Amino acid sequence: MTRRAAYEARQRRRANLIAGGSTVAVLLLVIVLVPLAPGWEAVRASFFDGEIFLRTFPDLARAFLLDVAIFAWSVPMIFAMGLAIALARGTNNPALFPLRIFGAVYVDLFRGIPVVLLVYLVGFGIPGLGLPRPWNSPYIWGTVALVLTYSAYVAEVLRSGIESIHASQRNAAICLGLSERDTMRYVILPQAIRRVVPANMNMLVALQKDVALLSFIGPVEILRQAGIFKSLLANFTPYVVAAVIFLCVTVPATRYADYLMNKDRNARS
Amino acid sequence: MPGPRLSLRGVTKSFDDVAVLKGIDLDVGRGEMLCLIGASGSGKSTLLRCMNGLEPVDDGQVLLDGIDIAEPGFDLGPIRQQIGIVFQSFNLFPHMTNFDNVCLAPRRVLREREDSLRPRVEALFERFGLGAHMRKYPDQLSGGQQQRVAVIRALAMKPQTMLFDEITSALDPELVGEVLDVLRKLRDEGITMVLATHEMGFARELADRVCFMDQGVIAEEGPPDMIFSAPEKERTRKFLASILR
Amino acid sequence: MKTVIAAVAATLIAGSAMAAGHCAAGKTLTEGKLTIATGNPAYYPWVLNDAPEAGEGFEAAVAYALAEEMGFAAEDVTWTRTSFDQAIQPGPKDFDLNMQQFSITAERDKVVDFSAPYYTAPQAVLTTQDIFVAGGTSATMAFLKEVQWGVVASTTALPVVMEQIQPTKSPLVYDDNANVIAAMQAGQIDAALFDLPTALFTSAVLMDNGAILGQFDPAAAENPDQFGALMPEGSALKACVDEALDALKADGSLAAIEAEWLQEATGVPLIK
Repeated sequence: MTRRAAYEARQRRRANLIAGGSTVAVLLLVIVLVPLAPGWEAVRASFFDGEIFLRTFPDLARAFLLDVAIFAWSVPMIFAMGLAIALARGTNNPALFPLRIFGAVYVDLFRGIPVVLLVYLVGFGIPGLGLPRPWNSPYIWGTVALVLTYSAYVAEVLRSGIESIHASQRNAAICLGLSERDTMRYVILPQAIRRVVPANMNMLVALQKDVALLSFIGPVEILRQAGIFKSLLANFTPYVVAAVIFLCVTVPATRYADYLMNKDRNARS
Repeated sequence: MPGPRLSLRGVTKSFDDVAVLKGIDLDVGRGEMLCLIGASGSGKSTLLRCMNGLEPVDDGQVLLDGIDIAEPGFDLGPIRQQIGIVFQSFNLFPHMTNFDNVCLAPRRVLREREDSLRPRVEALFERFGLGAHMRKYPDQLSGGQQQRVAVIRALAMKPQTMLFDEITSALDPELVGEVLDVLRKLRDEGITMVLATHEMGFARELADRVCFMDQGVIAEEGPPDMIFSAPEKERTRKFLASILR
Repeated sequence: MKTVIAAVAATLIAGSAMAAGHCAAGKTLTEGKLTIATGNPAYYPWVLNDAPEAGEGFEAAVAYALAEEMGFAAEDVTWTRTSFDQAIQPGPKDFDLNMQQFSITAERDKVVDFSAPYYTAPQAVLTTQDIFVAGGTSATMAFLKEVQWGVVASTTALPVVMEQIQPTKSPLVYDDNANVIAAMQAGQIDAALFDLPTALFTSAVLMDNGAILGQFDPAAAENPDQFGALMPEGSALKACVDEALDALKADGSLAAIEAEWLQEATGVPLIK
């Protein structure tokens, strides 16, 4: 071992010791101090009741499937719509100018309105115009509300991605004889979409949580089911169960996305 | 077909009131290799970009086989297939393999079938010594290799004319040679080529004709021996002296 | 009717009120004051005009009668507002009593204390005129199983629907009465289960095309829906409140209050 390597090994050992020590100290403080608080027993009974945890878990897990389903059918629509709006905003064709205006208004409008309001407005309002069943379903119009909001955000993200691709890429494609359309489709978009994957991942995590807003207009998804249990049992533990189920999905999902992006990056270098 | 491949008549071009080309008249013959030399900012790159319509000219004509492609509103799509261009910064598409970089335009523009395209492109890679790198991505190659892929990409469209915009300027000195070798091979095939270059030795060795550009005009043109050994104009001499030292 | 209450109250103040006042002494949040919580907003006919201070509406009237029974003058009653969650969350509460149609259940009783019931609520089916016509006045269980139900999440209506009606389609669940009505007017649900007074008010005032399909006989229910005043777990006041309620029941004043504010609740057909 060289002198430098020995020194660095010592430094590393020291850093690890400090990190481990401080972590243990913090954990001990939490584990020892929190239960000493006078209200701890009441809080524990309200939020961490083991029996209620086990009893409500199966129903909550089943309700979570609805969240997953809503998420799954919303995402393709959000990206299709977001892409269409992003392209509409980028168009230079004077004949398509109305489309460009529409895109700008769409983005401003739906990014500006709180999702909750949109869920109510679209979820109760549009069916209230007199649509027959099943076309007045809260599932349909709640999904529409989510798609409107999130596609506006995705459109902006994609547009920034498109604009971040250097003009030389476009020039190279045009000089090979590619049409504007093919240039966008084969050269600009694939790079732009790749570049905004992290921003879109954040969007998807936010969407996963906002799916629960559909419960305001009727569907019994996990948070609503937890609310029902809370009301019946007068206990908040079901919400803790819901949080655990959420984390079981979102943490691996974000880690997997990180992994994919790292892999993609490493494959190139 | 008689007449020059490419003729420029009174071409002018300005960027924000800065005149970059101040009336260029130039003919490029079929199969000719023409080198444009001159200081940075003399208008070489702009002139090249006007030749394939990437930069629209302000005034004057750009005649390709006698057709004025500088006519405002002219559909340049079909023309660009006939004129390949290679840039200083390669401009390969980083999200595609080198092979797909080359195949994209033949697939989308020429609508060439895979069974004829594949062997043709593979042969091009082999010929320029990159057979082992087809499945890699551009950023896995050296600068010289990337620039050769860019040349292959342009060649795959079977252009009759090739424009090279200082294609060795961004390369480390030891990589310049392999790219110039590619140009030597192309010269032997009779493709019409116009190069903007700082490689004086190369221009002298291979060019049929050399144009010295200075401040937006062609200050002097002639065979390389004349330009490099016995230039007539004072400013040509000055430029060469500053370059060769 | 009010004069009856006033008269009853007046006689009581002289007698038992002094003793009851001693009972509540030192057991309220603020000495000499009784802090009562209601919903935000508080709904008709439980509280009129969202103004419990006026003592109008069934729960507001019961609250003032209870207060008097326990020896608090009307001006010693302080009102506050809570949500359901605030009522059951752990930690100290900012009310002595909480009255907002809390159904007494064994599960809830583990976390908070309930007074003896002050009202037994029949469950009623709220629907629209269109469905009413389709279902007829003699709504059968078979019909109720087929319709799309909507209920409020924090009420006991959901278990009632699931266990007694067992509908073929999963009920939709909402945060509050207003959302249930919106869903019904959007045609997304056919029927909703409320306590009868709420259903009557909603049908008559909040909806253009509301109708009451019928009520379930509370006497026939296994666990009738009974409202109690909610108190913090282990509240020292519970005994006093129960004692006062018993007195109100015994002398008929609770029935008088119910007759005054919830009188419309009679004459709705029973669902069999």
